[in-house]
Amino acid sequence: MGIAWYLAVSALIFAIGIGGVLTKRNPIVILLCLELTLNAGNLALVAFARMWGNADGQIFALIVMVVAACEVTVGLGLIVALHRRGLKVDVDELEELRG
Amino acid sequence: MSINTTAWLVLAFPLAGTILIALGRPVLSGRKAGVLGTLAIFLSFLSALVTCLKLEDRPEESRQFVVSLWDYAVTSDLNAKFSILIDPLAMVMILVVTGVSTLIHLYATGYMASDKGYVRFFAYLNFFVFSMLMLVLAANFIFLIIGWGLVGAASYLLISFWYRRKTATKAGIKAFVINVVGDVGLVLGAIIIINQTGTVDLLGSFAKAPQVFSHDGTTIVAGCLLLLVGAFAKSAQVPFHTWLPDAMEGPTPVSALIHAATMVTAGVYLIARMHPLFEIAPTAANTGAVIGCLTLVIAATIAIVVTDLKRVIAYSTMSQIGYMIMAVCVGGYAAGMFHLITHAFFKALLFMAAGSVISAMAGEQNLNRMGGFRKSMPITYACFIVGGLALSGIPPFSGYFSKDDILYVVGAQGGWHWALYAAGYAGALLTAIYTFRMIFRAFHGEPCEEAKSLESGRIFHAEEHRNPGDGTLETTEVGYPGAKHHIAERTAGMAISMFLLAVLATVGGVIQLPDVSWGLDRFLEPSFVGAKVLPTNHALEIFGLVFGALIGLSGIATAWFIWIKRPGTSARIEQRLPAAHRLFVNKWFFDEAINAVFVKPFAAIGRFGERTFDRVVIDSAITGGSLSLVRISSAAVRSLQNGMLRGYIAAVVVGTTLVTLYFLLQS
Repeated sequence: MGIAWYLAVSALIFAIGIGGVLTKRNPIVILLCLELTLNAGNLALVAFARMWGNADGQIFALIVMVVAACEVTVGLGLIVALHRRGLKVDVDELEELRG
Repeated sequence: MSINTTAWLVLAFPLAGTILIALGRPVLSGRKAGVLGTLAIFLSFLSALVTCLKLEDRPEESRQFVVSLWDYAVTSDLNAKFSILIDPLAMVMILVVTGVSTLIHLYATGYMASDKGYVRFFAYLNFFVFSMLMLVLAANFIFLIIGWGLVGAASYLLISFWYRRKTATKAGIKAFVINVVGDVGLVLGAIIIINQTGTVDLLGSFAKAPQVFSHDGTTIVAGCLLLLVGAFAKSAQVPFHTWLPDAMEGPTPVSALIHAATMVTAGVYLIARMHPLFEIAPTAANTGAVIGCLTLVIAATIAIVVTDLKRVIAYSTMSQIGYMIMAVCVGGYAAGMFHLITHAFFKALLFMAAGSVISAMAGEQNLNRMGGFRKSMPITYACFIVGGLALSGIPPFSGYFSKDDILYVVGAQGGWHWALYAAGYAGALLTAIYTFRMIFRAFHGEPCEEAKSLESGRIFHAEEHRNPGDGTLETTEVGYPGAKHHIAERTAGMAISMFLLAVLATVGGVIQLPDVSWGLDRFLEPSFVGAKVLPTNHALEIFGLVFGALIGLSGIATAWFIWIKRPGTSARIEQRLPAAHRLFVNKWFFDEAINAVFVKPFAAIGRFGERTFDRVVIDSAITGGSLSLVRISSAAVRSLQNGMLRGYIAAVVVGTTLVTLYFLLQS
């Protein structure tokens, strides 16, 4: 099986993830979709690694997973903090940074 | 320790004192700052003493040399090192500066004891001593100018020390502005000399000066006249003198140190230091002598009518510096320096004693309100008498020898110098009169209320705080005296410093007894190798010694007759000579003239410029234009920041997609 199929799946997952990030208003769903985009990237990395017969891409994928885990921790922490303060958990309502 | 080390230590101690006191302000409680400051200057004095002794051990031809510490600015045409010039002239100055400063610091520890700015005061005072020593020891024009500027700054800080007092801050600004005029003169003069001789080193440029300058040529005369402007502004000579009487707004130790003993004599030192240049430019030197002579007469006439105790002494300082300037300008360098030394002693003494009277009067300085302090303050009275006799030139006090030395040097040159000689004696007569007018009015006659209360053992404290200058009520507790204050003669440290100065003012003349020792002449000789040889006239010397004493005594007798024997005489003289009185009381209208010629036109130009150029071009076009530009563009950028997270993400996605597409299509 050529690399094209892997890349096609990866691109599809990435597009789904981006679509979710752009359309959803709940931050938890946005985080989920972000994970999708990251994993789409991972899939592409692993596919390339296999194509070249080189383990570098796989190591890269592992690092991305670690970073993604950290990012989710922070993101979820923020959402919990939002909830505790009684703020609405909706990214369209959180617009204090408006200039 | 070598002589180099000790010479640098002279500079290092006051600097260390300044930094320690300034930074240690939170921990220096009580009188620690005063002790530290006094100690720093005392150590500096000891270093100066050791340096001086070591210098005397060297052979005479190597008693003038330069020590460098590091490079300051070195380029192809300029080689300025941080270096000091050690020679007898500098030694005399550093000994006087550090010695008198030590005593005045000691006096100030008591005088300023109840002041809230005690620590600040000693930091400033140490800073001043450092600047003055740097000016005196500088071996090149650069550091001379730096020291010259720093003493002006220190003087400004100390005059306006009581910064909530309007009159004091105004006086500080006035002193600073006039000093800056002098600084400009000094810098321009130095540039002319550096430009022609090609070196910033003092000794180097002196050595080259005779080759590059024609004798009495335009360039060197212009350069020396500009140097004179600097000297006159610093030394309060006509017409740059108006700042000195106003500088009396500063605390009395400041008046004693800066405006009597040290800083104001910097002009005399400058001319003595630059003597090889002034000898090539006799026109400039003669101008200086005439101005010095004018100043000594003008200041003496004003001192006769001024009623502020400290201002009388200030005008007297101007007058005495006039003598010194006259001496160094006609070539009597040792005579000028001799008077500088003795004047530092007796004038600092007079200021300290005046400070004692001012404390007894609870800050009041008006002679009209004083009287009869003789019994209540015997030590102050004695100090005033000693200082007054030295100032009036009565043998065997120090001022007698130094003033006669100056007048002898001037008179022995003959020709038009006879006019200076006669004016000098006229000034001496006036000096004796105004000195003893001040003493008789403050210490004799009916005791005033404050004197009476002091006699019965109570120090007079003013119920309300008033500015001694204009009498306005002060609510800020800034200014002398604080809630409680000391009387100098009843506080150990202050009494000791007054006593030591009184001894010095009495016996200071021994360093240069005419015909017996000529000690200072010989000591200073290595600094003035190649200076012109002055004519001698033995008969004139003897005549001067006798005549000077007679003039001084007759001046005192006149003062005694006017203010003690027939108390109403001064009022009668005033009525007989209304024009002269008006001229003297208004200080020869110098302030008014300077106001009309310089201050008012410049203020008018400034206001015109503000109305036209400033308002129209700067305010509306440049400031307003750039302001509205920033406002408009920032509004545009701000509207992009809408706070919508999804909008930002969309921008990122679209942006990266476009960039990626661009690169894909490129390849």
